[in-house]
Amino acid sequence: MTAVGVSEPVLAPAGSARLLQGLRRDGRAVSLDDHVSRYGALEPAGDLVDLVARAGLRGRGGAGFPTAAKLAAVRDARGRAVVVANGAEGEPPSGKDKVLLAYVPHLVLDGAVAAARCVGAREALVAVSPTVLRPAEQAVSERRASGHDRGVTLRVVAVPDRFVAGEESALVQFLNGGPALPTFTPPRPFERGVGGAPTLVQNVETLAHLGLIVRFGAEWFRSAGTIDEPGTALVTLSGAVRVPGVYEIPLGRPLRALVGDAGGLSADVQAFLLGGYFGTWVDASAAQTVQLADAGLTRHGAAVGARAVVALTASACGVAETARVARYLAAQSAGQCGPCVHGLAAVADGLEQLVQHGRRPDHGRIRRSLAAIAGRGACSHPDGAVRFVASAYRVFEAEFDRHLHGRPCTARTSSVLPVPSFGAAA
Amino acid sequence: MSDLVLRVNPIKCDGHGLCAELFPERIELDEWGYPIVDGEPIPGELEKHARRAVAECPTLALLAMRRNGLAPA
Repeated sequence: MTAVGVSEPVLAPAGSARLLQGLRRDGRAVSLDDHVSRYGALEPAGDLVDLVARAGLRGRGGAGFPTAAKLAAVRDARGRAVVVANGAEGEPPSGKDKVLLAYVPHLVLDGAVAAARCVGAREALVAVSPTVLRPAEQAVSERRASGHDRGVTLRVVAVPDRFVAGEESALVQFLNGGPALPTFTPPRPFERGVGGAPTLVQNVETLAHLGLIVRFGAEWFRSAGTIDEPGTALVTLSGAVRVPGVYEIPLGRPLRALVGDAGGLSADVQAFLLGGYFGTWVDASAAQTVQLADAGLTRHGAAVGARAVVALTASACGVAETARVARYLAAQSAGQCGPCVHGLAAVADGLEQLVQHGRRPDHGRIRRSLAAIAGRGACSHPDGAVRFVASAYRVFEAEFDRHLHGRPCTARTSSVLPVPSFGAAA
Repeated sequence: MSDLVLRVNPIKCDGHGLCAELFPERIELDEWGYPIVDGEPIPGELEKHARRAVAECPTLALLAMRRNGLAPA
């Protein structure tokens, strides 16, 4: 035991600042000692599967799969399991996983160790974006130096920052010495993953919540969020807000309130992008009543995904922004599956013709391509891209119409959505 | 109705298009030449055609599966 004595009981975090309550003002990572005095030491838990099922924790990486089911599948699979903490956050508008690893890495590592003990793994690999390799490694050496995690070895691995690298099967193939590209499933990682072993791949934020559930229990976890989607979650908010950044919200928080947390809007906003580049556009008036939980969003054809939210200023053109991201997503295709390679390129070509050259594209062709791509890749990259572009057609109907009729683009602001220079993907 | 379904491994598929020639009843090609397979069960009387398409695929990308367990049929 480190700094916490019997006389100094650790209180479960109240309110919705659970993961981010301990952030240091100087921007340095929270040390192991400070982490343990804030949250208490991580004790071995009883039946973690049952505990996590009662808590109702779902994956925070985008797909929202029930964590207990994944834990049980790997625990019950034959062979010595491996745990992978997935911090490969290749999505440009998302920063939450990097924030956890850079500033409160021990929350993530606690969860990785607890998960490893649950599924009987001796090794937990922490897969991270290259930018947060150093803080993650420092946190692991701190723990190693103090003999903190008996029976579990933590190892940090940097994963190339490409969009599909964080997809489960891509991550497993990379950790096995191959390229960071998706593979055809089955087998899924829980059946045969790293080194052929049953492998639990969990998003780093999911693991951070897990480490707190082990300490404070299922009831505590459920004291924030909604009945169907309990707990808090990290949101990466950017675009036309006064203080862009990563926020922790109880699931179900109104988008309006989140914008308030960020100091309000910094300009007139025409639409919000919810759920990042696999997500959906929602127009500003509909966004007034949106709550950040999947239950309320399905009505808008949206889902919270990995909770990257962008407020699009009214001075930008939704069609131009969508075209830029469509081109990026086409370039980020792993290049393995024909319908994704050709389909996303065709969609991007059509949108660019519309925006850049004032030429009238074969509109039917874009729509036909969209319809032909979904569900036909080895991973969900084409499906996500299709969802994103299709939502733009719904929300930016007037702008599409302007462009279609050859009228000039009204955009006074360009390149709002972040798109890294591409072509150099590893 | 058998419980046989077809699935494409899109990573292996190079769009040779043989499957659509051999089993046009259930496989068509998209505008880029890649097969569109709906995953519905294959009727017993068409099973022979389906199996021939699977066997002739030059990249072994077309798979016959059992509907329930996804084990190769």
